[in-house]
Amino acid sequence: MDYSNNALLTIGTFLPLVGVLIMMFIPGSDERAHKQIAIITSGATLAVGIYTLIQFDYGNSATLQFAVNEEWIEVIKSNYIIGLDGISLPLYVLSMAVTFLVAVYTWNNVPDAGNPKAFLMLMLVLQVGMAGSFIAQDLILFFVFFELVLLPMYFMIGVWGGEDRQYASLKFFLYTMFGSALMLVAFLALFFQTGAESFSFEHLMAAGALIDHDVQVWIFAGMFIGFAVKVPMFPFHTWLPDAHTQAPTQGSVILAAILLKLGTYGFVRIALPMLPQGAHEWAPVIGILAVIGIIYGALGCLAQTDMKRLIAFSSVAHMGFVMLGISTLTTFGINAALFGMVAHGLITGMLFFVAGSIKHRYHTLEIKRLSGLLIQMPKMGWILGFAAMASLGLPGLAGFWGEFPVILAAYSPAFGVNEALFRTLMVIAAMGTVLAAGYLLWLFQRTAMGDPNPEFVSHDEPAQSLSAAANHGADADHHDEIHDVTIVEWIAWMPFLVAIVVFGVYPQLMFKVMDPAVIQLVERVGNGIP
Amino acid sequence: MLLAAQETAAAGWFLENAWLIPLIPFVAFFVILLFGKKMPRGGSEVGIASMVAALVVAAGAAYQWIDRVDSSHGEEVEPVIRQWVWWQSGGTRFGIGEHIDGLAIVVLLLVAFISTLVQIYSTEYVKGDRRYTHYFASITLFSAGMLIMVLAPNMVQLILGWEIMGLTSFLLIGHWWEEKANSEAALKAFWTVRVGDVGLLVGTAVLLGIFGTLDIKGINDSAAAGQFGSHNALMWAAIALFIACIGKSGQFPLHTWLPDAMAGPTPVSSLLHSSTMVVAGVYLVARLYPVFHVGLEINAVGQTFNLIAVIGGITVIVAAALAFVQNDIKKVLAYSTVSQLGYMMMGLGVGAWTASVFHIFTHAFFKCCLFLAAGSISYTASHHSFDMKKDMGGLWKKMPITFGAWMVSTAALAGIPFFSGFFSKDEIIDSAKHADYTIFYLVGIVGAFMTIAYMTRATYLVFFGTPRGGAAHFMGVEHGLEHRDDHAHETLGHDDHSDDHADQSDHGHDDHPEPVRGRPFPFAKYDSPWKITAPLLILGTLAVGSGYLNAPAVGVHWFEHQTESSIGLPLAEHEADGDNAEQVSSEHAVDESVGAEDVGAAEHAADSAIYSVPEPPKFAWGAAAPGLLLVLAGFLVSLFLSLAVFGKRKNVLSPLVGITERNKLFGAGHRFLVNKLYLDHLYEKVIVHGVAYPVSKAAYWFNQNIIDGVVDGAGRSTKRTGEWVYRNIDQRLVDGAVNASGMVANESGHALQPVQSGKVNHYGALLFGAAAVGAIVLILLNV
Amino acid sequence: MYAVNFLLLSAALFSIGVFGVIARRNAVMVLMSIELILNSVNLNLVAFALINKDIDGHIFALFVIAVAAAEVGVGLGMVLMIYRNRRSIALDELSEMHG
Repeated sequence: MDYSNNALLTIGTFLPLVGVLIMMFIPGSDERAHKQIAIITSGATLAVGIYTLIQFDYGNSATLQFAVNEEWIEVIKSNYIIGLDGISLPLYVLSMAVTFLVAVYTWNNVPDAGNPKAFLMLMLVLQVGMAGSFIAQDLILFFVFFELVLLPMYFMIGVWGGEDRQYASLKFFLYTMFGSALMLVAFLALFFQTGAESFSFEHLMAAGALIDHDVQVWIFAGMFIGFAVKVPMFPFHTWLPDAHTQAPTQGSVILAAILLKLGTYGFVRIALPMLPQGAHEWAPVIGILAVIGIIYGALGCLAQTDMKRLIAFSSVAHMGFVMLGISTLTTFGINAALFGMVAHGLITGMLFFVAGSIKHRYHTLEIKRLSGLLIQMPKMGWILGFAAMASLGLPGLAGFWGEFPVILAAYSPAFGVNEALFRTLMVIAAMGTVLAAGYLLWLFQRTAMGDPNPEFVSHDEPAQSLSAAANHGADADHHDEIHDVTIVEWIAWMPFLVAIVVFGVYPQLMFKVMDPAVIQLVERVGNGIP
Repeated sequence: MLLAAQETAAAGWFLENAWLIPLIPFVAFFVILLFGKKMPRGGSEVGIASMVAALVVAAGAAYQWIDRVDSSHGEEVEPVIRQWVWWQSGGTRFGIGEHIDGLAIVVLLLVAFISTLVQIYSTEYVKGDRRYTHYFASITLFSAGMLIMVLAPNMVQLILGWEIMGLTSFLLIGHWWEEKANSEAALKAFWTVRVGDVGLLVGTAVLLGIFGTLDIKGINDSAAAGQFGSHNALMWAAIALFIACIGKSGQFPLHTWLPDAMAGPTPVSSLLHSSTMVVAGVYLVARLYPVFHVGLEINAVGQTFNLIAVIGGITVIVAAALAFVQNDIKKVLAYSTVSQLGYMMMGLGVGAWTASVFHIFTHAFFKCCLFLAAGSISYTASHHSFDMKKDMGGLWKKMPITFGAWMVSTAALAGIPFFSGFFSKDEIIDSAKHADYTIFYLVGIVGAFMTIAYMTRATYLVFFGTPRGGAAHFMGVEHGLEHRDDHAHETLGHDDHSDDHADQSDHGHDDHPEPVRGRPFPFAKYDSPWKITAPLLILGTLAVGSGYLNAPAVGVHWFEHQTESSIGLPLAEHEADGDNAEQVSSEHAVDESVGAEDVGAAEHAADSAIYSVPEPPKFAWGAAAPGLLLVLAGFLVSLFLSLAVFGKRKNVLSPLVGITERNKLFGAGHRFLVNKLYLDHLYEKVIVHGVAYPVSKAAYWFNQNIIDGVVDGAGRSTKRTGEWVYRNIDQRLVDGAVNASGMVANESGHALQPVQSGKVNHYGALLFGAAAVGAIVLILLNV
Repeated sequence: MYAVNFLLLSAALFSIGVFGVIARRNAVMVLMSIELILNSVNLNLVAFALINKDIDGHIFALFVIAVAAAEVGVGLGMVLMIYRNRRSIALDELSEMHG
């Protein structure tokens, strides 16, 4: 491989740490300065990301670009190998964009616990971990970045979260650690089974396919659990609703938009090509669990009374589609899965933004108590409707391209995977789209349509409200808070909204980048299966 | 990047650039949404302009297509297909673009034309609405969705348009979403259609699996040529796709959303029910006809029924029966649409492709006209009410344009000769007979009977009899106060109506200061404003005229000639000499095609393809006679019933006299019929309230409670299952296991807590004690 | 040179130190006792280094001294803070670390 030792990716990944360093030396009382620094740093990171987009050679997206190979920890044969190809490019840039926009959103939406200094520093560290995971081409390096993500998110939930934050953050941490432990064992097993020569992806992809069939199946099991917890797949998903519900808005958005993708990305980048026979054996299991997740997540959504929890459960269903796509082992399925990751990140991130802003104004997310958002905040209401429509997979919006090709792919899975099973799964998954329409539109109908809940309607005339404010200030404040989308919110959200439409109307933008890399990946998997 | 450019050379500018037709409204949608509120007319001007532009391009394309067909000199006319790369996967590229042929041209023109009229109509109808701009944005996108679907060169674009329509129908039906009923109707519409869409997604996946392509032309060609692996898979694809059509086109088990969808503004109903949305399902079957035809073995030898025909047939009868018991004028029309869509499906199910597509064409004009007329009545005459029994009656005097348009369209709908509906519907019925689908022939003529029956009833209630409620007020304003007082006095005798009437009058006094807003036509000053009546006049004209594009009764086959290349299957060839007796010849042709399909070695069919559709039958008045007689019978029966039931109460003199007179006149020739009518008159309560109503009401009850109940119940029980699973399995079992492991760690921690005394000395003692024990163990082990 | 002499001395020192850690209430005295323990170990290290003619023991002893210095520094700092807050350095009164 050609290692150009280009510093671009390293800069892009570690740039947020510069911001963290600067913020360390500024007292926490100067909140404005911290916010500015965070926005500037993440903005600069995004600028580097965009420069990377420009420099990327799209004709050659199957090969690693901007690759670096430097010595790192020689004693365990782990090197600092990084690179970017068509599979990781969209996610890499997405992570930068999301962090930047979340930083912008924080400008006047600091979570209730205060202390933006620590909050923003954690967020920037989180960004390093996320971007690093997508560029790492060495298992240990990947693992380090993968785990680096955990701690800031733990504190974000545990310190700035809702009432039940400690339970939720601990559950998140322990659950993920449990998965990581098994994953690490699997990594080490893979390392030793391939002759303990190197942790580099390139080597492991070549050597991993030669491991004994049974051993592959067992190693894959370890990786499966590690990644499946992160995705999260059906039996391992219970941390997700708690974490999402309790996390501050920013945490929820980052969690939904990027963190969950680390799991699916791990499947595509590591588990599938390194252990083709393991993947082949496990494909039906993954497929079945994915489809259970689709139906199950949808049923869970129907039962929810809290808006944020409902959105969290919908993630289980959407990631089910992504995993079903991966389990088909076809180019169609994996392309759709990758597209679905980005789409889900944008759409569910947007939904969490809206939920956060509603909570900010109404101090509740009880679906029963919310009503007539379209009257009180027409723009917010329509954004909610738009995001719900995108989330239920309407063609012309990004969500569709993560679902429809998966269904196409499930009709004829690759490499002799049980066709009858997958065709059944296809039909059930297609029915899942109906349920998705059910719970999302039902949510929209109950919260956005109808007349506003009298609880939140100010009956006072403007003149009276002045005296009311004097008499019982808290109450009047409460009503004043219900205003439509603010400028900062527009700035933070507009890129999401535009991206959902643009990728929905012209999906080739992303498919063109991913497809060559995916073709190569599927070929690799195919070569490994006798 | 151009994906593939078949047939771009010399196809003509309009045909090559037909992709502009959906693109213009699509862009207009964004323009209206972003800038509409700042425009002088709230964005409606952009909507109308975009539809007119689309219409112009569509008309140009139609002109050039006709040219193309006429210059082909009998050779196969190739469709114009252009695609640009839209997405790719595994190196395969999928396109977006246009697929223009006769079928697409017909529907494009239809959609652009009717959308233009409906938008003009809407500028008056929803004037002053608080979401005026949103309304025009949505309705423009709605038309764009249909145009995208119609133009689709592949399945993905078709799904795109299909779903855009689903979305916008949600927005438009729920336009007045402050009321819960409206938003629920919107939700129901979207959800029911979405249930059907499962079939569309699955069917598309199966098609990709069978043919390896999603291009409609590729699929049709391969299916028609028999190039597929397993017939079974093709059958499942056809069934799955048809399920989508059932949902979209309101066919029998999934038709319940359509009447509820009347919650939207009337122009929306009109657009939704005439040329867009519900037609999409029929269009899909027509578009992919080879798939359905081959997959379901339509016209195979000895086949007496198939899925499409059965569903269509049931829909025709059930919906017509339901239409007869509705009090809401829009619901009558809604069930009527369902019933007519049943005809189209049934036609496709018996191989009458041309007749069905032509029925789409004619039906769009007269059904749109009927809905707009209903809107005109509610707008001008009945205080925005649609209740025929409470707020209408006797309106023909004051609303000549609306009345005229309604009558012409009703005649067309009922299939009265020389109105447009006759030419299309009769041909469907005729084809069923010729293709040996006797059951569906009978269904067809019985349906025709029922169609005229319910339309006669509705017409009577709306335009004749005594004005009631809102209509009485409208009429009364012109007549002077004393007339209304008389009228009120008159109706006081009937306890079931007087209360409502009084309410309506009170309401009317406060609320309706000026009889008519806008500017009416000079010769009909009490009718609706010109923006409403002008579309009615145009559509009324077309309700008569459009039929003559393909009128076998007068020897016109022009429409058939223009579209036959879109069927995707060859027509079974006629015997060259078989012009002496039409019936014999066409039946013979059917046998021939069937023989060719099965034996394949028949000498006549040596050069023809494996599958083919029968040639449309030659028209003969003799063959049409039974149907026409039934139509006449239906008219009379219904008229009689209406006069007896609705007329008698209001006006003591004339209906009784009229009934007896008519009975005696009629009874001379048809004793049986007359006797029955005497009985009917004598035992009015028994027949009307004892038989007709319970049966129809039972059907309606079945519809509302059983079918609808299953839909609702499925939703409710799904939710309950979701709650149960969440509560018991998720929270207790799965989550419980997680919590239990945490609990174990926690408890063991508690057990060890006393060891942590917090005293440094204790720690020290423990430390050294442990070290000592360790040392002793080491020593012991060493020794 | 007999190893036993060094070992006896260091054992005695160690025992005194352990006694101090366990029995004394005064925090400063406890710190001193810890120093005694550490130095008893140092003694052993140096003794065996001499006997075995090996430099490793000396180096370790130096390390221990450095670490011990740091430890005393931190320890005294803590004692000072405790004294400031509570006006007492009696260890048995401290039980904030009670689990």
